[in-house]
Amino acid sequence: MVNAAAPRAIEVSGLTKVYGDHPALRGIDLRIDTGESVVIFGPNGAGKTTLIKALATIARPTSGRILIDGLDLKDRAEDVRRRIGVVSHFTYLYGNLTGYENLDFYARVYDIPRRGERIREVAALVEMTSRLHDRVASLSRGMQQRLSIARAVLHSPSIMLLDEPETGLDQRAIQIVWSAIRGEANGRRTLVLTTHDLERGSALCDRLVILNRGRIAYEGATCDLDADRLRQVYESSTAVRA
Amino acid sequence: MEQRDRSRYALLGLTAALFVAALYMVFMWVPTEQQMGIVQRIFYFHVPVDWVAFLAFFIVFLGSIFYLWRRDSRWDTLAQASGEIGIVFTTLMLLTGSIWAKPIWGVWWTWDARLTTALVLWLIYVAYLLVRAYASDKQQGARFAAVVGIVGFFDVPIVALAITLWRTQHPGPVIFEGGLAPSMLATLLVSLAAFTCLYVVLLRERMAQRATETDLAKLKESID
Amino acid sequence: MSFWRKALAVTWKDALTELRTREVVFTVLVFALLVIVIFNFAFGTTQEAVALVGPGILWVTFAFSGVLSLNRAFVAEKDGGCLEGLLAAPISREAIYVGKMLGSLLFLVVIEAISLPIFAFLLNLPVASGPLLVTTLLATIGFVAVGTLFSALSVNTRAREMVLPILFLPVVAPVIISAVKASGLALSGGSWGDVGGWLEIIGAFDVVFVVVSYLIFNYVVEE
Repeated sequence: MVNAAAPRAIEVSGLTKVYGDHPALRGIDLRIDTGESVVIFGPNGAGKTTLIKALATIARPTSGRILIDGLDLKDRAEDVRRRIGVVSHFTYLYGNLTGYENLDFYARVYDIPRRGERIREVAALVEMTSRLHDRVASLSRGMQQRLSIARAVLHSPSIMLLDEPETGLDQRAIQIVWSAIRGEANGRRTLVLTTHDLERGSALCDRLVILNRGRIAYEGATCDLDADRLRQVYESSTAVRA
Repeated sequence: MEQRDRSRYALLGLTAALFVAALYMVFMWVPTEQQMGIVQRIFYFHVPVDWVAFLAFFIVFLGSIFYLWRRDSRWDTLAQASGEIGIVFTTLMLLTGSIWAKPIWGVWWTWDARLTTALVLWLIYVAYLLVRAYASDKQQGARFAAVVGIVGFFDVPIVALAITLWRTQHPGPVIFEGGLAPSMLATLLVSLAAFTCLYVVLLRERMAQRATETDLAKLKESID
Repeated sequence: MSFWRKALAVTWKDALTELRTREVVFTVLVFALLVIVIFNFAFGTTQEAVALVGPGILWVTFAFSGVLSLNRAFVAEKDGGCLEGLLAAPISREAIYVGKMLGSLLFLVVIEAISLPIFAFLLNLPVASGPLLVTTLLATIGFVAVGTLFSALSVNTRAREMVLPILFLPVVAPVIISAVKASGLALSGGSWGDVGGWLEIIGAFDVVFVVVSYLIFNYVVEE
């Protein structure tokens, strides 16, 4: 082995994704180290969700390469899926089943040993223990999203992909969500987050990337930019004739 | 003239020549069949059209498989073009079968094994072309169409089997059975060749059209 | 084997959902009863009428019930975005297909198990015949094998409910034709030998289409 160092968490080279005639991603190169947290900004249609989907193995790239923990998505997809947890504004929960039944289903799919114990653990993590046996459809949006986070951390993923996770949540729910996400990982959890909220995003993450029309328009550390400067950079990166 | 143009005109010429020969043979040369009379001459159009309808679907099948495997949209263009031509020929097959049935059997339609299979094939062609309209974008449409193309191809022989078994238990008017005199065989073969060449010509033209459409779309996209 | 464990987890989830809501089974049963009543008024219940039309009625009912039930197979997956969640999970697309297919198979078998006695009762059909039951089971397998594939396809399109009848029924035609024929023979006292030819065709369809759908499913669900 030439390179003895541990593989990078995420390595994207030349990623393109075309839907019909519309290129959603036009060549993305991105490197994210283990334990880093990166926020992706960009206007609607910039390709943020497509990028998350490609990383989550939900959408197959038109061209380019994605390595997660050194594993190529093309041939080691199933191994990659064990290491990633996905959160989006979709809850990925079945409305007619209870929280417990949902988590039990996913626990089987993710091959989690001692299911019952783990389910109770994550339920406690998101403070949903008392409502665990209620139908998901009967829960408020905030509670559903909390359960969704529980589902996402069930298998203790080392990488989490969060596509606008705070949509429609109140302060309390947001607090719980983030403590669950950061909670068990001892700082080794890699995060990729998309959000429209510039301040919030840069407060939560180490690095930021601005996507515009399928390309990376800006990349840098969040500590380098204060709120005003960030807004300026965002405006100029996403101007119409960028 | 460019190489492509040259081959295009050559093929066109060959097709025209074959059709002239076929028409001569069908209407002037081959003797009238004893039992069915003049109407029987439709056979020389019905069978080749039949053959092209199935050939076209086979090409749809191949194009679909290669498209899903290689993800090269040219395979999809081939499959779609073949699908469009195929449905026209299937329609012709149903029509010629009908035109044949009426004077001979007195009915416009007969649940003859081949015709019924053609009807189902026609419906599958419709499904193949329609699913593209139902999809949310062109690429998804191409992918779904490929799925229909592959499933449909495996389906047609089974449909034919089922209907043939049905016919052996419920015999009825049949479109064609029986041997061929040498002159009839010769006429049939020439007609077959003519229609096959026509298929190839139409396929190439349609694919060229599609390619131009795609280029135009790409240009438009790059201007935006 | 983890493949089967995960596939069955999907089936179990679908079964649980159906037990909870009882949507599919009830809707379809009401539909079946409706069909019987309408056909009764259209054709009468004389022995000849029933012998002639009975098998057709049976399979029209099953086919349309099947379409109704298949239509719902992937709707729940779309609603919470769950299909995406499954695609991002370490479960192979093929296991998802098998799980879904077995779920639909289970529903349809339950529906048929309830409908057949009703038919027997209202139309005086001798449904307790081995050939009939085997025909029904085999035909349902083929129906569900292709139906699951098309159901996944339909849920991703704009014209959802129209897709199955228009795209799928022509493809599944040979199974229905054979099933009607075989059922007719079985109901008029036919033996295994009589229905043999038809069962072969249904069997061939089943084998071919379970394999083909299994292999192609991936291309329908992945973006």
